Amino acid sequence: MINFVARRLAFAVVLVVVVSSASLLLARLAPGDVTAQLGPFAGAAEIAGTRARFDLDRTPLGQWGVWLSRAVRFEFGDSFLYNRPVRGLVLSAAANTAVLAAVALVAATVVGIPLGVISGSRQGVLAGAIRGVSLVFLSIPPLLTSLLLVFLAAVTRWFPAGGMTSVNASSLDWPAWLLDVAVHLPLPALALALPIAATFERLQAQSMSETLRQPFALAAVARGLSPRDVVLRHAWRVSVRPICGIYGLAIGALLSGSFVVEFVTAWPGLGRLMYEALRARDIYLVSGCAAMGGLFLAAGSLVGDVLLAAADPRLRDASGVASVGQAPR
Amino acid sequence: MRRAGLVLLLVVGLAAVGAPWLAPNPPDRSFPDRLYAPPGGYAYAQRLVNRLNRQFEDDLNQPVSLRWFTDGRLVTVPEADGGPLLLLGADAFGRDTFSRLLYGARASLALALVATAIALLLGALIGGAAGFAGGVVDEVLSRLTDFVLVLPAIYVALALRAVMPLVLPPATVFALLTLIFALVGWPIVARGMRAIIASEREREYIAAGLALGATRWRLLSRHLLPAAVGYLAVQATLLLPAFILAEATLSYVGLGFPDSVPTWGTMLQDAANMSLVAEAPWMLAPAAAIFLVVLGVNLVVQGTGRPPVQLEP
Repeated sequence: MINFVARRLAFAVVLVVVVSSASLLLARLAPGDVTAQLGPFAGAAEIAGTRARFDLDRTPLGQWGVWLSRAVRFEFGDSFLYNRPVRGLVLSAAANTAVLAAVALVAATVVGIPLGVISGSRQGVLAGAIRGVSLVFLSIPPLLTSLLLVFLAAVTRWFPAGGMTSVNASSLDWPAWLLDVAVHLPLPALALALPIAATFERLQAQSMSETLRQPFALAAVARGLSPRDVVLRHAWRVSVRPICGIYGLAIGALLSGSFVVEFVTAWPGLGRLMYEALRARDIYLVSGCAAMGGLFLAAGSLVGDVLLAAADPRLRDASGVASVGQAPR
Repeated sequence: MRRAGLVLLLVVGLAAVGAPWLAPNPPDRSFPDRLYAPPGGYAYAQRLVNRLNRQFEDDLNQPVSLRWFTDGRLVTVPEADGGPLLLLGADAFGRDTFSRLLYGARASLALALVATAIALLLGALIGGAAGFAGGVVDEVLSRLTDFVLVLPAIYVALALRAVMPLVLPPATVFALLTLIFALVGWPIVARGMRAIIASEREREYIAAGLALGATRWRLLSRHLLPAAVGYLAVQATLLLPAFILAEATLSYVGLGFPDSVPTWGTMLQDAANMSLVAEAPWMLAPAAAIFLVVLGVNLVVQGTGRPPVQLEP
């Protein structure tokens, strides 16, 4: 148990440190820096002062050292672009992305898994229809779903076509603000959820139909259990294992997908912030966003492992925690 | 199902190869009186009614006769005879969407194909080396593979592209994007490759080869690689749509090709202004094209009972 937690924590720390350091150095070594924003009339002293303020006068490695020594105290420097501490910017953007991704993941699960159980355990028109629909949505990646949904919103005006809040959001009290966000949320969440729901449906259906061919399912039928009980009480639990395995990976897909969705629908999340930071050579903001993304990934793979252990008792060792990477033979 | 997918991919591939012959107009030719013109010009000449409201109507007094097999094109209508022929309407600069779509297929597919080839090569080399060498080499390479695999590919591609100078000539952009995509895509190939080589290495025919004095290089290239060819073919079908999409994404956010080069991504970027696209939905044609390619691959892959395509390499 302790071993497992320690390994997980070590992985998370390494991931976050490596990803943020690499992006810091990458952004630093890129041509051009923040002083380009000062315009052509800035004097040499102004440029030098700005460089010194953001530690740009140090060597890349020296700058990295200073940044790292501050980062362990949870100070990640100031954003050039917003002239504010990176920490607050990244946290609020990460919260927006987390809301979007969580809603999308829950929606994809709630829709995809039951449909997969149906189409994997039955034959006929309904199963065929589910399969066809999910093949179509499987082929519409988030870039296209978000474009199409925004297009539909622009034509029908059923939903706001972009943004997280209305223009007057700052004057609203919090219940009204929450409602405003709730009206803006369905479009990007749907854009993100549809392809993932289709993936879940396909995986669940394939896994279910394979599971039902196993001897224990046949034995359950032979003992007189109703098909419903065989599928829902016995086969589903076995068949859901590969889906749990993919949850850890789904976080990566969610992060990637949320980037385009945030970009197309103007959702103020981590992806958009990272993009702006990269474009503006906002070094500390880039590394802050990268660190947050790394944290998301580490958390995602942890959740995946825990789900896997919950679904498959064989993966738990004596202490009740999954021994990672050791699939049963 | 598999056959339908193959036919779909074949049609798209032929459209890309035959673009100069199939396209009715040059892709970069701008028709000043056809800004945001709807599809038309195949029965009657289009006439601009109101430039401000982008209103067009068919000029019933001027029927159009299609010219087949002239000027090295399948079908076209010269401007003097009531042209241009706009099968899928025109974009914000009055350029023919259909012709740009065909030329865009060339750029997008070529980029994805080259990137896939390089990613396969890199992945096969690194995975093969890890599986064949074993020991410390295997440990280091596998850790590296797993690490890159964890990163969300589009962010890595975005970061690598964003730190390069923004404005580059198209050929440089092509080379750069190919390289970035290959760097992002190889780990998924390498992991499976390593597993295959590591298990094949223990088989008797390799022991026999060693006993007969075959060199390691010969064993790897002549005997172990063929065992992995099927796997590599499957990976190619997975990487291809992912790279097409990656190009579209990068071009959409303005970090891909410049607007003068027609690719599906730059065309989608032209469709970013949604209030205009609501009146000119044909500008979403590249989205349909990407959908068709991904659907084709999905049909092929699903027909063989394999798990669905992960668009995240």
